[in-house]
Amino acid sequence: MNLSFLRLSIWLYLAIFFAYLLGPLVIMSVTAFNSPSFPSATPWECLTFEWFSALFQDTRILNGIKNSLLIGAGTVVLSVTMGLAGALMLTQIWPKLRATYYTVIIAPILIPGVVLGISTLVFWDRINRMLGFGPDSLLSSGLFLTIVGQSTFIASYCMLVLVARLQRYDIALTEAALDLGATHAQAFRKVLLPFMRPAIASAAVLAFLASFENYNTTTFTFGEYPTLTIELAQKVRYGISPAISALAFIIVVLTVFAALANEATIRRRELVAAARRNATVAELSGGRVTLPGFLSGNTAAVLLVVVSIATIVVVGTATVYSPDQCIADVREQKRLEAEKRAEELRRKRDEERKLKAEQAPVTTAPSGSTGSSSFGGVFDPNALQGVPSEPEEEGGADSGFGGAFDPNTLQGSGN
Amino acid sequence: MVAGVGVDLENLWIRFGDFVAVRDANVNIKGGDFFSFLGPSGCGKTTILRAVSGFLEPSEGNVLIGGKNMKGVGPNKRPTALIFQNLALFPLMKVWENIAFSMEIKGASAAERRKRADELLEMIALEGQGDKLPSELSGGQRQRVAIARALCAEPHVLLLDEPLSALDLKLRQHMRTELREIQQRVGITFIYITHDQGEALTMSDNIAVMRAGVIDQIGEGKTIYNDPATPFAASFVGENNVFRGKVKRVSGDRVLVQSNRSGELLARISTANLGRLKEGDNAMIFIRPEAFELAKTGTEGDHYVSARVINEEFEGNVFNIFMEGDGGKEIKVSLPNLGQSFDSHKGQTMTLKYDVKNAVAMPAGVLATE
Ligand SMILES: Nc1ncnc2c1ncn2[C@@H]1O[C@H](COP(=O)(O)OP(=O)(O)OP(=O)(O)O)[C@@H](O)[C@H]1O
Ligand SMILES: [Mg+2]
Repeated sequence: MNLSFLRLSIWLYLAIFFAYLLGPLVIMSVTAFNSPSFPSATPWECLTFEWFSALFQDTRILNGIKNSLLIGAGTVVLSVTMGLAGALMLTQIWPKLRATYYTVIIAPILIPGVVLGISTLVFWDRINRMLGFGPDSLLSSGLFLTIVGQSTFIASYCMLVLVARLQRYDIALTEAALDLGATHAQAFRKVLLPFMRPAIASAAVLAFLASFENYNTTTFTFGEYPTLTIELAQKVRYGISPAISALAFIIVVLTVFAALANEATIRRRELVAAARRNATVAELSGGRVTLPGFLSGNTAAVLLVVVSIATIVVVGTATVYSPDQCIADVREQKRLEAEKRAEELRRKRDEERKLKAEQAPVTTAPSGSTGSSSFGGVFDPNALQGVPSEPEEEGGADSGFGGAFDPNTLQGSGN
Repeated sequence: MVAGVGVDLENLWIRFGDFVAVRDANVNIKGGDFFSFLGPSGCGKTTILRAVSGFLEPSEGNVLIGGKNMKGVGPNKRPTALIFQNLALFPLMKVWENIAFSMEIKGASAAERRKRADELLEMIALEGQGDKLPSELSGGQRQRVAIARALCAEPHVLLLDEPLSALDLKLRQHMRTELREIQQRVGITFIYITHDQGEALTMSDNIAVMRAGVIDQIGEGKTIYNDPATPFAASFVGENNVFRGKVKRVSGDRVLVQSNRSGELLARISTANLGRLKEGDNAMIFIRPEAFELAKTGTEGDHYVSARVINEEFEGNVFNIFMEGDGGKEIKVSLPNLGQSFDSHKGQTMTLKYDVKNAVAMPAGVLATE
C-alpha cells in the first residue's frame, strides 16, 4: 500500500512535470486555430487556418525567417569549424596548460550575451575603421556581425560536444593511417573526420538552434538583417496576434518531425547492424542480406509516418475548409447577445430613472446619477460578468489597431 | 614481391624527460630475418618499435633502414608498416577498405583496391568477409586483417607489436605458425615484439632480450636458451633453477662454485662471460628443470644436488618435483614421462644428477621477477 502510494505520487509528479513543460505549447498551439483575433484557447469559437495564411503574408516575418536561416547557416559553419579546431587543440596541447586553455575557451558561455553583442559591435567597428573601410563595408554588415557575434559563444558549445567524442578517439588510428603512407591531411580527412561525423552533426544542429533562437547578442548586431526573434520581439511590442501562435506551432511540428526522423534513423541503423550480425558470410558478400522492413520494430518510424499523414490531411483540409459560416454565426450570436444586453441596460436605466423620478423631491443632486449612467454601466460588475467578449468586439471594431487583428480582413486575403 | 631490407640501431638512446626508456641499443637485423624483441612489460619494446617506424625521434643515435639513415624521415615516408598493439583497424571502414587503405592514399581506383584486397583476404583465409566491419570479426580474424592491411602497403619491414597478446592460447599457437608462414612467403623483414618467450623461441631467427631499456643479449633462440649471457636472460627465457655461491676455482670454461646450500657445484661458464669469473666472486649457476636426472640417494660429488622434496605434480608430458632451494625459491625438476612409475617422495631427501655442460655459470646479477 505504501508502495502503491509511492508509485501514484511518481505518476502524479510526472503528470505535473509534463503539464508544466508542455502545457504552454499545447495552449499556444490551440490558439493558432481559434478564430478570435486575440490569441485565446477559450472560449473556443471557430476552427480557422487564417492565422497561417496571415503568417505567410507577413513580409517582415518571412524576411526574418530568411535572415535567421542565413545567419544560422553562417554560424553553423563558423562555430563548428572553430569548435573542432578548439577541440583538437585541447587534445594536442601541453597537459599542464590544458585546464587553463579549457577555462579560457569555455568563458564565452558564461559571459552574458548582451556583453558579447556590445563587444562584438565595438570590436569590429574599431577594426573596420583601422582598416579604413566605410560604414557600409562587409565588416560592419549586420549579417557578418551577427554571425561573428553569435559564434563567439556558440563555438564553445560546439567544442564541448566535439571534445566528448574526441576523447573516445584512439590516436593510434591516425598513426596507423600515417604509417600506411597517408599525409597528415589525408589521415585527418579519411580517418578522424568520419569518426567525428556524428558529433559534428550534433554540434551543427545545436549551433543552428542556438543561433535561431538567439536574441541577446543579435539585438546589438543585426543592423539591416533583423532575424526572426528580433522581428517577433518588435511585433509583440505592438500587440500579439494568433499568427505568431501559428508560427510557433509550425516550429513545434518541425521539431517533432526532426526528432522522430532522427530517432527512426538511429533505430533503423541498429536493426540493420543486428541483421548484419546474424547474416551469413555468403549473404553478406552477395549483398543479399534480408534487411528488416522500414517500419518493423521501429516505433519512431511508425509515429513519423502517422504524423506525416496527419500533416498532409490537415493541410489538405485547410485548403478547402472555410470557417466563414461559423464566424458569421458567432458574430450574429454575439450581436444578438450585445443587443440583448443593451436592451437590458436600457430597461434597467429606465427603471432607475422612474425610481429617481418618484424620489425626485428627496434627491438634490440628480446630475451625479445621470453621469454614472452615461458610462453605459461599464463600471457595473454585473454588466462586466455578462460580457466577457466585449473587449474583443471593441477591438475588432476599433480601427486604431490598423485592422491587423480583424479576422475579416485576414480571412479575405487568405482565401 | 618486395625484398626485406636490414634494420640497424646504432647507439640508440630514447629518453622521456629524465626517464631513460632505451639505453644505448645496438642491433643489426638482417634483411628477411624474423627478429624478436623479448622482454617484460615496460622494458621499452614498443618504444624501440616506434623509433623504427618513425613516430619517435631518438634522443641520440641512429635508426638505419636498408642502410639509409632515417633521421627526419616521417612515418609515412618509411618503408615500414606497423601492426599496433591494439591493432588500430579503422572502425568505420569495411574490412576490404581497411586492407586497401594504403592504395586509397595513392589514389587507386575502387576496382583495383577491391581486387588487391580480395587477394589478400584469400591469403589470410578470410575470403568473402571483405564487406564486414572490423567489429563484426573475431579477435583472430581482426588480427589477420591487420596483417593484411600492413602487407598491402608492400613494406620492406613489417613491425609487429605483441599482435597475439589479446588472443586465447589455442589461437595464439595457431597464429604463431601462420605468422611464420606468411613471413616466409612474403620474404620481408619481420620485427616482432613480445613478452612471451615461447612465442619468441618458436618463431624467430634471432632474438634480442631486453631488460629495463637495456638489451642483454642478442642471438638465436637456441643460443639464448642454452647459453644465456646474463642472469636476467637465463631466468627470463624459459624456466631455470638458480644456485648462488662463491667461485672456488676456475679452469678454462669450467668453474667450481661453493654454493650456499647444495655444496660444491661444477659448471660451465657461459660464452659471453668467459674470463669474467675469478676466485672469490659471487656467481650464479643456472640449471634447467629438464637437465636433472634422478641419482642414487646419498651420492655426493660436484655434479650432484641433494634436497628435500616439498611438492610433486603430474603435468602429463612431465612429472614435476619441487625441492627446497636457496633464497626461498624452490628447485624445480621435470622428469619426462616415459611410462615409468613415479613414486611419491614427499618429505624425503632426494639426490639429483646433472651434466656439467648443462649448468651455466656467470657473475651474479639481477634475475627476472615474475
Ligand atoms: N610518451 C611517454 N612518456 C613518458 N614515458 C613513456 C612514454 N612512452 C613510454 N614511456 C615509458 O617507457 C617505458 C617503456 O615503455 P614501452 O611502451 O616501450 O614498454 P613495452 O616494453 O612496450 O611494454 P608492454 O609490454 O607493456 O607493452 C615505460 O616505463 C613507460 O612508462
Ligand atoms: Mg608495448
